Amino acid sequence: MNALLEHLVALPIVVPLLAGASMLLVSEAQRATRIGIAFFSGVLQLTAAVVLLYLTSDAAPFIWQDGIGVYSLGGWGAPFGIVLVADRLSAVMLTLEAVLGLAVLTYSIARWDKPGQPFHSLLQFLMMGLNGAFLTGDLFNLFVFVEILLAASYGLMLRGAGATRVGAGLHYLVVNIVASMLFLIGVAMIYGVAGTLNMADLARRFAGLAPEERALFDTGAAILGVAFLVKAGSWPLNFWLPSAYSAAVAPVGAAFALMTKVGVYALMRVGTLMSQDEAAASMLGVMMFYFGLATLVTGTVGMLAAHHLARFVSYSVVVSTGILLAALGLGIEELTAPVLFYLIVSALTAGTFFMLTGMTDRTRNTPSAAVLEEPPLPPSPFYTAFGVRNPDPYGTDSDVGVAIPRAIAFLGLVFVSCVLLVTGLPPLPGFIAKFTLLSTAIDSAPAVGLGGAAWVLAAAVLVSGFAGVVALTRIGIRLFWTVTARTTPRLRVLEAAPAAFLVALCIVLGTAASPIMRYLEHAATSLHEPQDYIRNVLALVDSSAQGTNP
Amino acid sequence: MEIVFAIAIGVLAGSGVWLVLRPRTFQVLMGLTLLSYATNLFIFGMGRLKTGAAPVIVGQQAADAALYADPVPQALVLTAIVIGFGTTALFLVLLLALRALTGTDHVDGREDRR
Repeated sequence: MNALLEHLVALPIVVPLLAGASMLLVSEAQRATRIGIAFFSGVLQLTAAVVLLYLTSDAAPFIWQDGIGVYSLGGWGAPFGIVLVADRLSAVMLTLEAVLGLAVLTYSIARWDKPGQPFHSLLQFLMMGLNGAFLTGDLFNLFVFVEILLAASYGLMLRGAGATRVGAGLHYLVVNIVASMLFLIGVAMIYGVAGTLNMADLARRFAGLAPEERALFDTGAAILGVAFLVKAGSWPLNFWLPSAYSAAVAPVGAAFALMTKVGVYALMRVGTLMSQDEAAASMLGVMMFYFGLATLVTGTVGMLAAHHLARFVSYSVVVSTGILLAALGLGIEELTAPVLFYLIVSALTAGTFFMLTGMTDRTRNTPSAAVLEEPPLPPSPFYTAFGVRNPDPYGTDSDVGVAIPRAIAFLGLVFVSCVLLVTGLPPLPGFIAKFTLLSTAIDSAPAVGLGGAAWVLAAAVLVSGFAGVVALTRIGIRLFWTVTARTTPRLRVLEAAPAAFLVALCIVLGTAASPIMRYLEHAATSLHEPQDYIRNVLALVDSSAQGTNP
Repeated sequence: MEIVFAIAIGVLAGSGVWLVLRPRTFQVLMGLTLLSYATNLFIFGMGRLKTGAAPVIVGQQAADAALYADPVPQALVLTAIVIGFGTTALFLVLLLALRALTGTDHVDGREDRR
């Protein structure tokens, strides 16, 4: 048990790696085996994430000091070796990712994982990259994990081919390669000045830099920040995002919902570690507020202009990035917990919404994307287990899957829930998230002289919510009320269940907001007081130094 | 040595940026390649330029950091080369696919109207 606990931190990376790799070895005819492996891995990751959530909370202080678990890869302690660090923020992100990953997995086996393309392996590698990025305590290792998740995302994004998708994929690839180079240059500059890449060690050495070194360090941090902003989809570096996300097939879009959040996470993690002295945030500066605001405006305009649901959802991802960046840019510590809550809600919402686009696509008679080109899938015992008769994506709607009565009613209900979540209307937690965010901002911003900025943010968020309502009303009318040239969609349980589950989860988040907020507040406190983090990560080298010179 | 090195990086990065902004996919490919050369050289340079210094400690020699080349940037460069090479290869595949699907080598999949 102890050995398992010791290696628990590495589990969210090792499990999807092994699962994804072993699935490549299973022959394509054995679809059930691959799905079984994928589900096993997904459930294991969720379990590990939930256990980490428990261990990092105050409930189990006897296992890890300060609720921070450090795992030295290969037994080499920081700062010489690479460490994985699990704290509250990492645990929250891991859980969010595992939940979304499982939902996407369930959704995709309905008809999206056709043979010939290693969908499940790529999904596992994507999850591995995300998990690794959330766990790592080393800047260069962060780069590697971001590249892993990007590499998997390139493959996933190109599923189904077609000129639009390849074109959007090409732009996506170029932008991300250039951003990765900026990332590398930033990392190299920071290494050249500080001589370390371990985040905790960097935070410690940061204060002792000479002024002329400090300028170089700040330049490196700024370049790194630009790379993170590209990953997060901040204006003016986000024009690739809507076309790439809306060109991808529905489950892939849902899986991507968390990818922009990696940029935000990296900004928070690195930014808070490096802003502990009063010389101020090299990354979470007030400039980020303006970038966030510009992102918010771009996203809002895009939402209003969007004619297709998938495009709308992509722009809503841009809007949520804008809100997150603008709120972080205010630099108020009390805002971090509401920001995290909004991050969770918006990621779940975007995931659900992308799933919905896949289901409503079939209401249109026009052959959408690759759906009609797919060859029939072999029958699998899994479908019989779920009571789904015939998983044939090829045929007409009349013989596809089980027909859920009043499919339109269900789709409409999910759509309305998504609308409420995206625009932040009560009673769903989208409202709670935006409300706590804005009320905290307005309450605490005047203390740091940013009262005006907080009101601007509030106005922008409310206007974007209103614009979302207008745009969604139009899209909703077109999708559900104009019946001409549309067939009634037939739903599959496998597609409907994860979407319904995510909506239900959002409702639970809303009703259980108080304990969750308490946890997130703890996460925010430990984020803003990184001494515990630094001490725990560097514990090994400190204790050995004491051992040699008593 | 430093000035030559810096100029080399600058020329590579400058040509790379110019090529990446060109409308033809093959030019973009060459641009990305040049940019990644510049980045890799830059990372290498961040370990300070030294000639004839070993990256790992040699037998009996004193373990003085000034005598050795910094091995970390060299390891970083290796990783960066592998990742950059892989993504550039994928770009090449996409380039060919887009050419086959649209019949043009413009990055937008269609020619500018002039």
